[in-house]
Amino acid sequence: MRYSYQRRTCAIARAKMFPKGTKRKFSDSREEPVAGGEDVNQSSLAAVRMLSSYSLQRQSLLDMSLIKLQLCHMLVEPNLCRSVLIANTVRQIQEEMTQDGTWQIMTQALSAANAAAQCSADRLVATEVLCRQTEAAQGEQVPKPFPVVGSEGCPAEEVLEEEEEAAAAEVGMTMSTVSPQAPTSYLPGTFGMDPCWEEEETGEDDDDDDEEEEEDSEECGSGSEGEERERDSLVEDTRTAEQVFGTFEIKNPAPSPDPALEELFSDVDASYYDLDTVLTGMQSVPKMGPYDLLESLSSHGPSPLSSSTSCRSDLNELDHIMEIIVGS
Amino acid sequence: MGEDTESSKVNHSFLRDYVTEADVISTVEFNHTGDLLATGDKGGRVVVFQRETVPKGELEQVGETGESGEYNVYSTFQSHEPDFDYLKSLEIEEKINKIRWLPQQNAAHFLLSTNDKTIKLWKVSERDKQPEGYNLKDEEGRVKDISTVTSLQVPVLRPTDLMVEVRPRRVFSNGHTYHVNSISVNSDGETYLSADDLRINMWHLGITDRSFNIVDIKPANMEELTEVITAAEFHPHHCHLFVYSSSKGSLRLCDMRASALCDKHTKLFEEPEDPGSRSFFSEIVSSVSDVKFSHNGRYLLTRDYLTAKVWDLHMEKGPVETYQVHDYLRTKLCSLYENDCIFDKFECVWNSSDSVIMTGAYNSFFRMFDRETGRGVTLEAWRETSKPRAVLRTRRIYTGGKRRRGDVGVDSLDFTKKILHMAWHPEENIIAIASTNNLYIFQDRSLNACAHTHTH
Repeated sequence: MRYSYQRRTCAIARAKMFPKGTKRKFSDSREEPVAGGEDVNQSSLAAVRMLSSYSLQRQSLLDMSLIKLQLCHMLVEPNLCRSVLIANTVRQIQEEMTQDGTWQIMTQALSAANAAAQCSADRLVATEVLCRQTEAAQGEQVPKPFPVVGSEGCPAEEVLEEEEEAAAAEVGMTMSTVSPQAPTSYLPGTFGMDPCWEEEETGEDDDDDDEEEEEDSEECGSGSEGEERERDSLVEDTRTAEQVFGTFEIKNPAPSPDPALEELFSDVDASYYDLDTVLTGMQSVPKMGPYDLLESLSSHGPSPLSSSTSCRSDLNELDHIMEIIVGS
Repeated sequence: MGEDTESSKVNHSFLRDYVTEADVISTVEFNHTGDLLATGDKGGRVVVFQRETVPKGELEQVGETGESGEYNVYSTFQSHEPDFDYLKSLEIEEKINKIRWLPQQNAAHFLLSTNDKTIKLWKVSERDKQPEGYNLKDEEGRVKDISTVTSLQVPVLRPTDLMVEVRPRRVFSNGHTYHVNSISVNSDGETYLSADDLRINMWHLGITDRSFNIVDIKPANMEELTEVITAAEFHPHHCHLFVYSSSKGSLRLCDMRASALCDKHTKLFEEPEDPGSRSFFSEIVSSVSDVKFSHNGRYLLTRDYLTAKVWDLHMEKGPVETYQVHDYLRTKLCSLYENDCIFDKFECVWNSSDSVIMTGAYNSFFRMFDRETGRGVTLEAWRETSKPRAVLRTRRIYTGGKRRRGDVGVDSLDFTKKILHMAWHPEENIIAIASTNNLYIFQDRSLNACAHTHTH
């Protein structure tokens, strides 16, 4: 797979080429587009490319980790050891990004975007997934807010329709592209995305969608529990840990299923994610606190889906059928 | 999904593969004499195998000495059922995480089996006699009409076909909030420990409504959780010592005489990290998946994702031996993180004399390391090559240089065929390897390996 191979080469290149000091230049080089500057000589151009590759790789690792934390197999309690290790990885990346100054750049840009987007505070609360459409609609989409990481907020990078956002928030599914903009998905605070970030996208991320889709929808910090905490503010990334691990302690009562929500999910395009997780997501959806969701969803219209992975739908349906037959 | 016309084209092999998910073996354990071998699977079942005893006369004819026989199914029973935690609205898997045998004290055999939450003590006993000649019951057990009884008889025991009975004797429940990953029977024969992600409890085998909490690493604020317990074991001789491993790669030896709550370790075994090789995956790769005391109680064997390490109990600053299990995966950690293989928990075992260690890998390969020479071999557990009396041949992974016939390229490794669970006979060179739903038993007879397999 091209994507994995690319990451491997990045990893190897990084291992060979990066003393700690070079990372300091990272934030500088990011200001200039990679392709810019014909007057830059070959070696420094290569170095810049390598640094960008490293940041790409790091970002993709961050996204992948966040996805893993979000994806929930809601029937069984998630594996705590795995969640802890992934959360530690996320923390490590974030610390490094803070050192590099990348983190601050991201949050500043996004706060600017947020001001422009004029999102109400109520939006912050909802368990929405902010996703961005792929190449086609970039720059046109109005940024939508979402909580940082939290077990509900899945910081994906493509825009889905609202219903899917809700569903995806529950099941934690996402389509992600790896790009410099990707950082926008992991933010402190519910900020929208600055459209100008999207212009920087390099062209090499097209194949990523499929890769990210293929994450095993394994266990994770349960998505819906702890929404009461989310209700209030949110958004220090340290809360990730609380939401991920806190669920193991929580004895939340499960509210009764809400028919409005189920109707909501009926519109969802199943090709986006495992039917398994959809079904289990439906079970656990009641725990989310339906009212937040409905509120936030009501005023948003559906938006077109981004590139789909319909090739997976058959396999998922087969999985689903098998489950029924086997009666698991 | 499909229309009616498509139903006949359903891929039946897919169905077969799907159905056997419950048969995937999740633990393997020999008893203390090696005569019995227990396996647990994802469906909550336990299958106990017994070694055939070959009559001496036959043995001498073949020219071999000692007991040599195949392992045949002795008993099968359902140990755990799927359960539901109503408080959290989550299922509790019936998968058997660990089985441990108790030392034998009488004719019956006892084993502990555990799933994520509940530990059970099972009694496995044989019955080869049956009382017959009851006065009030007839042969089938129906109550006789008293008026038909004209004389009294004394019931006698008559030999019958061998029956193996399995009964649950104790159920140790509600001891754990998190998933139980280890159980270990103490050398005192009376107590055992059970470890979950954050706590270790000590139980008395006879008391089910109470356990002592001896280790608790749960932080007051779960936000601060960065480390979990991954495995724990009692010392084979000292009933007051036990060790537990963590997801950060450290081992803690605890002495229960020091205090009731052993949060403070007696010894901390940790290898300082090599700053040059640090990556985002360093911590995940250093997480210890299994820890085992050597039979002589002087060493510890640990397994992390890429290596197996031997530690001397007297030296805390680092392992005395490090064995690379599959170092060629070091450059593939990102992909393995993506497909979750990096979280696979491999077990490791000692041989009876503590001179050889063994652990599993991918592609149905497993590795054995000779501690004296430091050399390792790669072997394969694969049905097609495992005909009875077939010699296990060594395999090689091609990582560069001259490629030999039969070498396997790193990119063609099958990461779904993982050897996670295994056991080594306590006295002889007999090993049991679990590969998904297959159990392979290899016996070493004067350098030749003889194999037979069982499939669930």
